[in-house]
Amino acid sequence: MAQNTLYNKVWNAHVVDRLPTGQDQLFIGLHLIHEVTSPQAFDMISEKNMSILFPQRTFATVDHIVPTTQQTRPFQDDQAEAMMGAIEKNVKKYGIQFLNFESGLQGIVHVIGPELGLTQPGLTIACGDSHTSTHGAFGTLAFGIGTTQVRDVLATQCLAMDPLKVRKIEINGKLSKGVFAKDVTLFVIQKLTVKGGLGYAYEYAGEVFSSMNMEERMTVCNMAIEGGARVGYVNPDTTTFQYLKNRKFAPPSNEFDQAIKYWKTVASDLTAQYDDQVQWHASEISPVVTWGITPGQSVGVSDRLPDPSEMSPEDKKLAELAYRHMKLSPRHPILGTPIDVAFVGSCTNSRISDLREAAQIVRGRKVSKKVKAFVVPGSQQIKKQAEQEGLNHIFMEAGFEWRHAGCSMCLAMNPDKLQGDQIAASSSNRNFIGRQGSQEGRTLLMSPAMVALAAIEGQIRDVREVYQ
Amino acid sequence: MKGITQLTGRGISIEGNDIDTDRIIPARYLKEITFSNMGKYPFFDERFDAHGNSKNHPFNEARFQGASILIVNKNFGCGSSREHAPQALMRFGIQAIVGESFAEIFAGNCTMLGMPVVTLLESEIQQIQKKVQDNPQIQLTLDFLQKKLLMEHQPWFEFQMHPSRYQAIVHGTWDSTGLLLGNLDKIKQVAQQLPYLNHFQMFKT
Ligand code: SF4
Repeated sequence: MAQNTLYNKVWNAHVVDRLPTGQDQLFIGLHLIHEVTSPQAFDMISEKNMSILFPQRTFATVDHIVPTTQQTRPFQDDQAEAMMGAIEKNVKKYGIQFLNFESGLQGIVHVIGPELGLTQPGLTIACGDSHTSTHGAFGTLAFGIGTTQVRDVLATQCLAMDPLKVRKIEINGKLSKGVFAKDVTLFVIQKLTVKGGLGYAYEYAGEVFSSMNMEERMTVCNMAIEGGARVGYVNPDTTTFQYLKNRKFAPPSNEFDQAIKYWKTVASDLTAQYDDQVQWHASEISPVVTWGITPGQSVGVSDRLPDPSEMSPEDKKLAELAYRHMKLSPRHPILGTPIDVAFVGSCTNSRISDLREAAQIVRGRKVSKKVKAFVVPGSQQIKKQAEQEGLNHIFMEAGFEWRHAGCSMCLAMNPDKLQGDQIAASSSNRNFIGRQGSQEGRTLLMSPAMVALAAIEGQIRDVREVYQ
Repeated sequence: MKGITQLTGRGISIEGNDIDTDRIIPARYLKEITFSNMGKYPFFDERFDAHGNSKNHPFNEARFQGASILIVNKNFGCGSSREHAPQALMRFGIQAIVGESFAEIFAGNCTMLGMPVVTLLESEIQQIQKKVQDNPQIQLTLDFLQKKLLMEHQPWFEFQMHPSRYQAIVHGTWDSTGLLLGNLDKIKQVAQQLPYLNHFQMFKT
């Protein structure tokens, strides 16, 4: 049993009671909602005539269905408009803060929480969205939940939760140039598989994570869920505190030191005990590209695609399905795979550092004629910042489209979709069949820099060559 | 609410590991603001091609119509937290899911709807899947008190269930709001103790 980890400390501080089911009732410090998974929860609240216990601890935004080109209302898509109408009605009715378009603070829920300083160490966070794990970058326990649980948090500010085991994932050393947080998180999933994290919280520790900035840590924790872990976290440190200073909803400067004092106490003790530990060295990690239909089906960019005949029977079955869908062949190099679409965006990789990294690759070059390429900043604030830095011009001059903030083609609940069997280089997090809006659509996941390079070259290349 | 002690029905099997929630219900159907139509959509893109023509899929096969116990393999329901996935299965007519393992959020979502998820060993699941494929008419029973799967009312395998999910199903306490609200005083107590709610300001606007 894990002891004295951040997971244990934060969990224990929030336990309200032990429930008859054997679960713990956990108090939730911050609740984030978006338009897709909340309307049914509000309906349940109003059907039962319940009220919202701590309305000031819930914050709302819109991200999944918002178009990234034309945002004037009413939206062209009636269903999207109805969804907007529902969240607008609900936040008004219940007095919930709404970070909408007009606020200038709208964006992907997991991008704006940290950006606004809502996400703080030591919190429990819940959101009706699996990538809530992102917020763990700050040393929080952040849970993706279903809609009925959204109802519970609204009504009681609590969740009934089963405790998790804790696995420490330690990676020491220094990443080589061209290897990014995205590659680290894909590497971990490749090693531990997409089911390896079932029942676990992942603690990311070691030099690689402690030398990452907050945006990189968010990329890593974001994809803990793809590894099967419900939550992932990094212990808070000076990097965390520095990031939070002067953010809109962070503690004000006269109380900031007091907050830091508390935040320091929630980090795992040096003597903490874990249920499991794994270790790798940074030098083992190269740029990673997925080739299949789960985020675990990936290879290093200079490797060849695996041979199903060398796999266990169950991996083999999934690999064969993946090869059929992806129209790729075993034993071929992934390098040189032609692409049709390049997408830089999503809550994994749409932050300012991601855009800077991609822009650096793109600067002064042209997108391949065969490729449709677009950049979707994660929030209105990031968009503004990028425009101040002139990144939008770099992208547009190269032939990228420059969009408004939203989830976009990460899951294609909006007009941004793959067509037919188009194949995309994507900085998002899921390569599931149909994920990007077309039944036959194909997705290759990789870092934003790799996506940018693929857009230019029209095919998968190794971004390390650019940095040499 | 009344607990579930026994469920009997015919089986339907979906083979494969890591079947994600995008496959169970494609994202475009999440644009509806109620769950009421979800029963039309489970595995939609695997059941119908882009022109709406039926494809080969157990959920389309006449011999499996009316089946209520879904048999799956490993890590079923991985991916997104969308409750639309269990809603779609439940509204299609599935009452329980039997598998090798389940993604956490998915299993929790099922439980909160009163839909039990139980686990068996790989070899056992394979036998059940084969049996159901060969003879869709056989009656399967999940006996929760004995934690046994019965075939034609004869004990076949023992199954496992996550303890808290078991409690919720057997005692009918899956609708957790009441349970949680019952502790209102304790909720307020915890709120008064948490440093970030008291000793320094958070979320000041
Ligand atoms: S960007 Fe993608 S993964 Fe992230 S919240 Fe939006 S849809 Fe979900």
